[in-house]
Amino acid sequence: MVLGRVRAAIADVPAGEVLAFDRDGAEAEARYERGGTLDVAARLALFVERAGDYQAEVTVCADEGAAIAAAVGAACARHATRRVVVPDGLDRAWVPDAIEPVADDPPLAWPDLAACDGVLSGCELAIAVTGTVILATGPAQGRRAATLLPDLHVCVVRSHQIVETVPEAIARLATPIAARRAITLISGPSATSDIELKRVEGVHGPRRLELIVAAPGP
Amino acid sequence: MTPAGGFPAAARAAVADSQLRANLRGATHAIRDKRAAAVAEVADWEELREAGRLIKERAMRHLDRHLEDLEAAVIAAGGQVHWAPDGAAANRIVGDLVAATGSAEAVKVKSLATDEIGLNDALAARGIDVLETDLAELINQLAGDTSSHILVPAIHRNRAEIRELFLRELPDPGELDETPAALAGAARRFLRERFLRAEVAISGANFAVAETGTVGVVESEGNGRMCTTLPRTLITVMGIEKVLPRLSDLEVMLQLLPRSSTAERMNPYTSLWTGVTPGDGPEGFHLVLLDAGRTNALRDEVGRQALHCIRCSACLNVCPVYERTGGHAYGSVYPGPIGAILTPQLSDLESGATLPWASSLCGACYDVCPVKIDIPTVLVHLRGEVVRREAGGSKDAAERLSMKAAAYAFGSTTRYRRAQRLALRALRVLAKVPVLGRLVPGPLAAWITVRDLPEPPPETFGDWWRGRRP
Ligand code: SF4
Repeated sequence: MVLGRVRAAIADVPAGEVLAFDRDGAEAEARYERGGTLDVAARLALFVERAGDYQAEVTVCADEGAAIAAAVGAACARHATRRVVVPDGLDRAWVPDAIEPVADDPPLAWPDLAACDGVLSGCELAIAVTGTVILATGPAQGRRAATLLPDLHVCVVRSHQIVETVPEAIARLATPIAARRAITLISGPSATSDIELKRVEGVHGPRRLELIVAAPGP
Repeated sequence: MTPAGGFPAAARAAVADSQLRANLRGATHAIRDKRAAAVAEVADWEELREAGRLIKERAMRHLDRHLEDLEAAVIAAGGQVHWAPDGAAANRIVGDLVAATGSAEAVKVKSLATDEIGLNDALAARGIDVLETDLAELINQLAGDTSSHILVPAIHRNRAEIRELFLRELPDPGELDETPAALAGAARRFLRERFLRAEVAISGANFAVAETGTVGVVESEGNGRMCTTLPRTLITVMGIEKVLPRLSDLEVMLQLLPRSSTAERMNPYTSLWTGVTPGDGPEGFHLVLLDAGRTNALRDEVGRQALHCIRCSACLNVCPVYERTGGHAYGSVYPGPIGAILTPQLSDLESGATLPWASSLCGACYDVCPVKIDIPTVLVHLRGEVVRREAGGSKDAAERLSMKAAAYAFGSTTRYRRAQRLALRALRVLAKVPVLGRLVPGPLAAWITVRDLPEPPPETFGDWWRGRRP
């Protein structure tokens, strides 16, 4: 019935009309930028700056287990966080001795997840221009509830995971989406401006976001 | 749906409410300035707008194909799809789905489509308790209010009022001061417990991708993540116009929407799910595709572009009329310029017929719209439609003439700009001679008498904008 009404309503549209907007097709005035222009170092610097704009804490460290573990440990210490959910598939070298890792296997009940102080995860990719990290269900990232219920989210981003633009990121999401992995784009901690437009950090998601950006040494 | 007396009567009351006016003025100006800055940072903004317009135009022109593709993709990914010709059908479908889970309560994410069809009341009548989880929606629900702004629905309430409300209505508010942080904290504690025990969630959707079956919710607070992740069953109600043909269309919309809406480079959270993900999130996913008048709008070759709207609310914040009257005067869940063209069309001009006159045709809404909806042209077109229907074919000569003049003025950009400047001059005169309003016949007269005319800006928005750009 709904489809019948739709067809009747668009009866004026000629059959065989080109179906989708083709960015690279005829419309010059719609040719927006798809790819980035920055080199690796500039991309990294932009990501750090933009993520910081959202009041996410950003730590840059060397891309090796001990350095990452030290940065994670410092991030957890800043928030007096001890019991930390660690998803399957996360590099154990990233887990500092000072925290108590909690496995989500067998899957924890929601109140047990919520009772953990924090969660340590990797990511699928990150966007420099918008300072966004992107999670997808799977190894090192766990299921969505694990990165949602604890109050602190420590997320490790490796520099090769950073793309510059939003279109580059969407193109890279085609594969995980085809595998039905759930995707979450995170840009800073949760926030509301619902009361007199005053920004308040941390409503329902993790109230603190710590990003550990791991880059190869110079 | 329109209050008794239509927009003019409701506007008269709202203009008199100084608290509402002060809040609205502060809010619309703050968002407006931030939006301009967020947009100025993007070198290819105009190309993105044109791409957004084309994506939506083509999606609408072949809507049947995209909806069929979407249905197939959602089913292939483990979800179920339901078709609702009208609001009553959608409410019945959702009610049945909730009842089938055995749960008598549901948590809900803000959704204009479900407000439009009165879902909460319909479910309450079946004994299902629906809890709104957006902070502003929670405030409105506790207070028994309706929304006054698409994006910040409780903009008409100040912090002292909200504190009183929480102390009265929340089970365990504790010590509560007036700071927004404390108020948000009280809402977090109250809602957290409900999220953890919820069996069913109801959401809207910002878009659904036909080729993959992926549905998206764009938000700030995290309640959207909670609702789409924790409950066993997720029911999403989406207007049929929200479908996007391809995954790559998201790369345009996810640039246009956050900057136009909350003036951010990216909103804090965007959730994208594709049917059911084994071991992660809801075990059952239902997508309810809602018509409820959208095919009325689709039938109108000029008016159908109202369906391109991505609900960013930028047009509200630049609208001089909205700024004076607030959202409630529109008597619709869709206020402001977009409401003035969408509401009448959804009801096939049965309700909201005065809304196309709730505009000074200044064109600011068109200039900021991220998908380039030509709201002034649609307004003029709908005025013509309303007049034609009311006159039953024998149009009043004067009105016919004025419509023709408007159609001529909108026929080219130069003429349109000239007309805008002329209108501005006329407004300046009117502002000094308020009694003149009563001499204007028809709905326009009613509108002008309540307008409490603002001092018009020295130049049109378009002039100002062009002057600002390098
Ligand atoms: S009409 Fe355009 S500006 Fe207004 S809410 Fe819709 S998309 Fe935004």
